[in-house]
Amino acid sequence: MPDTRYLLLAVAVSAAVTWALRALPFTVLAPLRASAVVRYLGARMPAGVMVILCVYCLRDLPLSRPEAVAPLAALAVTVGLHLWRRNALLSILGGTMVNVVLASTVFGH
Amino acid sequence: MGLGLLPLGLALGVLITHAGLPWWCASLSTAVIYAGSFEFILVGLVLAAVPLATIALTAFLVNVRHVFYALSFPLDKVSGRPARAYSTFALNDESYALATGPQARSWSGARLLWLQVLMQAYWVGGATAGALLGSVVPDTVTGLDFALTALFTVLALDAVRERRGDLPTPLLALLSALIARLIVPGQLMLGAFALFTGALLVRHFVTRSRSSHA
Repeated sequence: MPDTRYLLLAVAVSAAVTWALRALPFTVLAPLRASAVVRYLGARMPAGVMVILCVYCLRDLPLSRPEAVAPLAALAVTVGLHLWRRNALLSILGGTMVNVVLASTVFGH
Repeated sequence: MGLGLLPLGLALGVLITHAGLPWWCASLSTAVIYAGSFEFILVGLVLAAVPLATIALTAFLVNVRHVFYALSFPLDKVSGRPARAYSTFALNDESYALATGPQARSWSGARLLWLQVLMQAYWVGGATAGALLGSVVPDTVTGLDFALTALFTVLALDAVRERRGDLPTPLLALLSALIARLIVPGQLMLGAFALFTGALLVRHFVTRSRSSHA
């Protein structure tokens, strides 16, 4: 197991890089916020960013193997629940439960 | 909405304990780094005992997407230096989605800030509970990490529904992600964000020159 000093340093390094990436652009990009191009991007980016993050999460899906069934079924349940009830927590819990149950039993090991 | 972070935090906590790391790693990581998807990746990195430089580089590559959030996150609503510092620190995907969503337009800076605090509390609490309970959960229970996929799916559905009538935006994003998956599989996220931003810029200038010639 990694020693404590290494673990603490790993967390510190990660935190510094992450915060810098989140905070510094506000100073650098501040003058750009009034521009028409930035406002155009700002209105459209949220929807696109979330779509990209979804694809990122599913990037390693083994489509040709039976193990893909669990996450695909869970994804269908998440989307279905959300279109039906529009309750974020319900959709997330429902989808995750389907995945855990399928991945741990039928398609597990 | 922020409650979605609770099952996700639990999943991370269980993962950390199952990896053989001490439980406080879950609390520390979620309190100090607070970058959902990267923290899942970090577990693998420290287990492999990779050099700190590799950790820094991975943190940069996985989180560089946050650079784009500064373009539209309403930080100007939040007043006071410590509050603004925390607000940028806690600017993860979920709080970005929440703050730029349809319901947030009328929110005050204080409301925004408290939601960020609450979301991180769910995250830290969930991860700590998961890490402490992790030894009770058998190794055969897998698939909790789907909570992250489910969270982004829900956020994407809401964001796309908010821009009804603007189908090209999610389609461009999907296309960017699939192209990035093909040509730079190791850097999917960065590649997709760059392609998507480029595509939006092209679209903006094409629409503008068309309307000015009309």
